[in-house]
Amino acid sequence: MPVISMIQLEYGSFPTPRNFNYFWNFGALAMVTLAIMIATGVILSMQYTANTHLAFDSVERIMRDVNYGWLLRYAHSNGASMFFIVTYIHMWRTLYYGSYKSPRELLWMLGVVLFILMMATAFMGYVLPWGQMSFWGATVITNLFSALPLIGEHIVTWLWGGFSVDNPTLNRFFSLHFLLPFLIVGVTFLHVVALHITGSNNPLGIEPKTKKDTIPFHPYYTVKDSVGIVVYFIVFAILVFFMPNYLGHPDNYIPANPLVTPAHIVPEWYFLPFYAILRAVPDKLGGVALMGGALVILFFLPWLDGSPVRSMRFRPIAKWLFLLWTVNFFVLGWVGGKPAEQPYILIAQIGTAYYFAYFLVLLPLLAKFEKPLPLPESIASAVLKRRGGGPLPAGATAKPMEKA
Amino acid sequence: MADVLANLPKTSPSGPGPGHVDPAHGEGPVRRDFLKLAAGSFAAVGTVVMAWPFIHSMNPSQDVLALASTEVDLTPIAEGQAVTVMWRGKPVFVRRRTPQEIQEARSVPVSELRDPATDQSRVKAGKEQWLVVLGVCTHLGCVPLGQKPTDARGDYGGWFCPCHGSHYDTAGRIRRGPAPTNLAIPDYSFTSDTRIRVG
Repeated sequence: MPVISMIQLEYGSFPTPRNFNYFWNFGALAMVTLAIMIATGVILSMQYTANTHLAFDSVERIMRDVNYGWLLRYAHSNGASMFFIVTYIHMWRTLYYGSYKSPRELLWMLGVVLFILMMATAFMGYVLPWGQMSFWGATVITNLFSALPLIGEHIVTWLWGGFSVDNPTLNRFFSLHFLLPFLIVGVTFLHVVALHITGSNNPLGIEPKTKKDTIPFHPYYTVKDSVGIVVYFIVFAILVFFMPNYLGHPDNYIPANPLVTPAHIVPEWYFLPFYAILRAVPDKLGGVALMGGALVILFFLPWLDGSPVRSMRFRPIAKWLFLLWTVNFFVLGWVGGKPAEQPYILIAQIGTAYYFAYFLVLLPLLAKFEKPLPLPESIASAVLKRRGGGPLPAGATAKPMEKA
Repeated sequence: MADVLANLPKTSPSGPGPGHVDPAHGEGPVRRDFLKLAAGSFAAVGTVVMAWPFIHSMNPSQDVLALASTEVDLTPIAEGQAVTVMWRGKPVFVRRRTPQEIQEARSVPVSELRDPATDQSRVKAGKEQWLVVLGVCTHLGCVPLGQKPTDARGDYGGWFCPCHGSHYDTAGRIRRGPAPTNLAIPDYSFTSDTRIRVG
């Protein structure tokens, strides 16, 4: 089995565009986080008890009695936040530099599958400590399915294993929270395979043409990724050691009470933009449909954005509309954490409208009417000229090879 | 189709006589197709039959289905007060309404409601004081506020769901917000003037 030669081919000599910026670190950072989550998760599951009477206390026991239990628990809970931070930046990079465009559609769609699996996994993991936010988050999210006509109620009863969120629900969420990360590992493998078939995109959004445009992955990008990983660990350590509960919600330190809903129930921060979309619609099925649609629409993005120019660097109008979309995403996240009252509902409605208008109206129109800036001839000519590397040999730029 | 062609030489080489249909030539391929279809459908049915126990095991188990009913003593509840009792893992609101609250609930034109229902249809005849509803918001299942005297009771004086801002009136009917229907009324009956049994 040619394992060594495969690693040498895919990670050693693998030709990679020479002009990556630090946005290209976040895929590696997500892989590192996945490894941390699985390692801490498996160890935590050795101490956790998935029973409604014992779950909360078993987590407190991990915090107090288990050796380094506090570290493992805080690393796991803040690791989830770090996972979403790096994944959101990873996705933003994809959107800005057009990495979802042909020939990388499959790579992008596998990424969206990973994102949805991540959300499901994080949701079920958050239920396990069986605090107030766990319980009511579980109630609200599983109830989303009851909006479906005809079969909705049956699906909810099936998910719950009863008539409310209770012990059977906790048990199965524990089981699925253990299972799903390994599905994520599998899909990540496919994600990387798809990436290595097309090769990476780069900040210019043009394909490498000659050997001058690429460098071997190792040692150039292994070292660059390592720099990113060190910075990432600094941020992670600050979160875990100095502000371990900053991103959490204090109400989850109250044991679950099925008779009292906390006055300000909010999901984890990384769900807030989608939660805002759900609440923006004054209709149950409509809200659920739009929230699901906000994710499903991502699958169609490569076909909604018909512009042949990948990188927003060369798209003078789309660039600003996309940056506005980015701001809008943060605004949605902000209103998602606010109470469901005016003016927040109106802001959420405007934000939701722009979220969808960008994908459904603006991108298709821009593909027709936007005049892109001139693209550089090749990665090498653009990068080396800027760095003062001197003129290139005439042959390399005058007639770029079609295949290289 | 490949098998069909491959089988042809094996069938009778002599040409059929006039008015005579060669049974092998006509039936051979059909029989093979039938076998394929039969085997395929057998495998499909088998897969479904084997999948069902996996799926059905997640439906409510026997101990969950064995539900007890809940009895509520109404004597300690003063006018304008409410109690919450647990039934099927969910809260049930039992409220003793004031005459003013009943008056408010009755004065609403039914056509104005999202889920039209008269106040009379939501209580037992002769027991208009007692409103018994499932304390589960019909939107996404939170417990609406309004049971404690200090709670915000929303713009219609009934209940207010903090999760997504649904307002219910003094008959538990949905008036504003994303919830699609009125608070559900559980199956209950008066066993005496001061006791009810839920379930």
